[in-house]
Amino acid sequence: MAQRQLMTGNEAMAEAAIRAGCRAYFGYPITPQNEILEYMASHLPQAGGAFVQAESEVAAINMCYGAAAAGVRTMTSSSSPGISLKLEGISYLAGADLPCVILNVARGGPGLGNIAPAQGDYFQATKGGGHGDYRLIVLAPSTVQEAAELATLAFDLSDEYRVPALLLADGMLGQMLEPVALPTPRDPGSLPPKPWALTGAAGRGPNYVASFALDPLDLRDLNLKRHARYREIEARELRWEEVSTSDADLLIVAYGTMGRIAKTVVRQARREGIRLGLFRPITVWPFPYAPLGELAERVKAVLTVELSAGQMWEDVRLAVEGRCPTPFYGEMGGVVPTPSDILREVKRCA
Amino acid sequence: MPETQTLTKVFARPRSLTDKRFTYCPGCHHGLITRILGSAIDKLGIQEKTVIVAPVGCAVFAYEWFRCDGVQAAHGRAAAVATGIKRARPDLTVVSYQGDGDLAAIGTAETIHAANRGEAITVIFVNNQIYGMTGGQMAPTTLDGQRATSCPEGRDPATMGHPLRVAELIATLAAPLYVTRQSLHDAKHIAQATQAVEKALRYQVEKRGYSLVEIVANCPTGWKMPPQKANEHIAGTVTKVFPLGDLVDRG
Repeated sequence: MAQRQLMTGNEAMAEAAIRAGCRAYFGYPITPQNEILEYMASHLPQAGGAFVQAESEVAAINMCYGAAAAGVRTMTSSSSPGISLKLEGISYLAGADLPCVILNVARGGPGLGNIAPAQGDYFQATKGGGHGDYRLIVLAPSTVQEAAELATLAFDLSDEYRVPALLLADGMLGQMLEPVALPTPRDPGSLPPKPWALTGAAGRGPNYVASFALDPLDLRDLNLKRHARYREIEARELRWEEVSTSDADLLIVAYGTMGRIAKTVVRQARREGIRLGLFRPITVWPFPYAPLGELAERVKAVLTVELSAGQMWEDVRLAVEGRCPTPFYGEMGGVVPTPSDILREVKRCA
Repeated sequence: MPETQTLTKVFARPRSLTDKRFTYCPGCHHGLITRILGSAIDKLGIQEKTVIVAPVGCAVFAYEWFRCDGVQAAHGRAAAVATGIKRARPDLTVVSYQGDGDLAAIGTAETIHAANRGEAITVIFVNNQIYGMTGGQMAPTTLDGQRATSCPEGRDPATMGHPLRVAELIATLAAPLYVTRQSLHDAKHIAQATQAVEKALRYQVEKRGYSLVEIVANCPTGWKMPPQKANEHIAGTVTKVFPLGDLVDRG
């Protein structure tokens, strides 16, 4: 195992991106993700990459669109209000089948909200957000180590499927300092070639990158092909973690920072004789409906815990399909529940 | 010898243009500008190193008219997309082809900041004083009093502002290498515009700097004028508001 070092989630995601071969980063300041922008400013040029502090989130995501079209691994990062601004560009990336990694270190909303951790961007991340029928690959880390690993995975999946990938983190994870074993650096030249990229039409016909198809039959076909890739992702790329589920008769479903806190709740509940398990989605799109549905057969209730009014809860209910009750506990506005707050809710279900 | 065998081809479609048919209206200057850009790419021999960034607007298909790699950008974002391409692959020659709604209204921030950073790109700015593709609405460049579908009584500066002079605005910045305004209303001006486009591309290739070539163009359909009358309107009226010539040449 590589030597571990102490890093914040923001720094770990930035360094992991460089090690994954990201050579073009475009960002704009917004709390609580400024350390990503700053890390890239001081480290990416040393790695031979391009760094631009853009004039806006809108410009930053469109610079990513350009770099992605040129076949270079590219990333932007922001926090909730900034991601709202990027949605136009994200829709264009999706429509042009361009790989790109987007980090959302989410904060309290809506509007300006605040800079505390929240999970109110789940719908935006997993159900579209921008216009048109598109999906993002959405990965939800719960530790600094996992943030670094998923940042690497995001680049690989995004390139493989030509679907933009979003890391759905939050202010807690971004600012948290933890030991992390960083992935081995990769040479961008060793990555799989992108024959569709804009590199100059030398010795070949022109390559065109566009999300535009005026004829409805053409646009339908492009959408159908893209959705066939989405089906492939759903079949092959589901990721989740289970904790103490084998004998559980109660289940918590939580992701990201809440998933981490829920692990403590499971240990506390077990000490009190409550057979509690945790199901923690790591891919929130694609959502692991089937494995959660199977677990729901064996438990008395599935409690969803989120830093929102109940967004992932809708997916949990789709997965459970009425097999058992699906209570919900959430906090908003940047309030993070303690393990004992959650244990109290668990006891209500027991 | 039969006479036909003595004919020599002296005027041809630029090699860097595809055979795809333009979607422009009859008499529109966009076709001419596409041709000028194609011939400049030919002359510099950079067809295999050039990327065309197409806007949203009448030129939305521009990426398909060149035998060059091409990309279609979101409305107003072409300069940001061009920045991303150029920063990722500095050896490419990147051309951002944009209209006035795209560049001077929705894309104002991207336009100014790409210029202010001195991105080594060439911006071809087609100023026809109207939103053509969406049916003739008022543009940021629409002349005072000019009628458009969204200012049916004519542009009223009291509430709608005066036409935005983009070349003058960009010329206030320190970074741009070359900022010029050209026109296509007669053969002499077409020749001058051709030289300006060539110079802007050459500066990108040789000096790695930012250029903006604003081209005062017509919109016979949107202006509801036959092309000849539109050219006279440019010569007599439009160029009074948008004076022609080089504003910056630091090459």
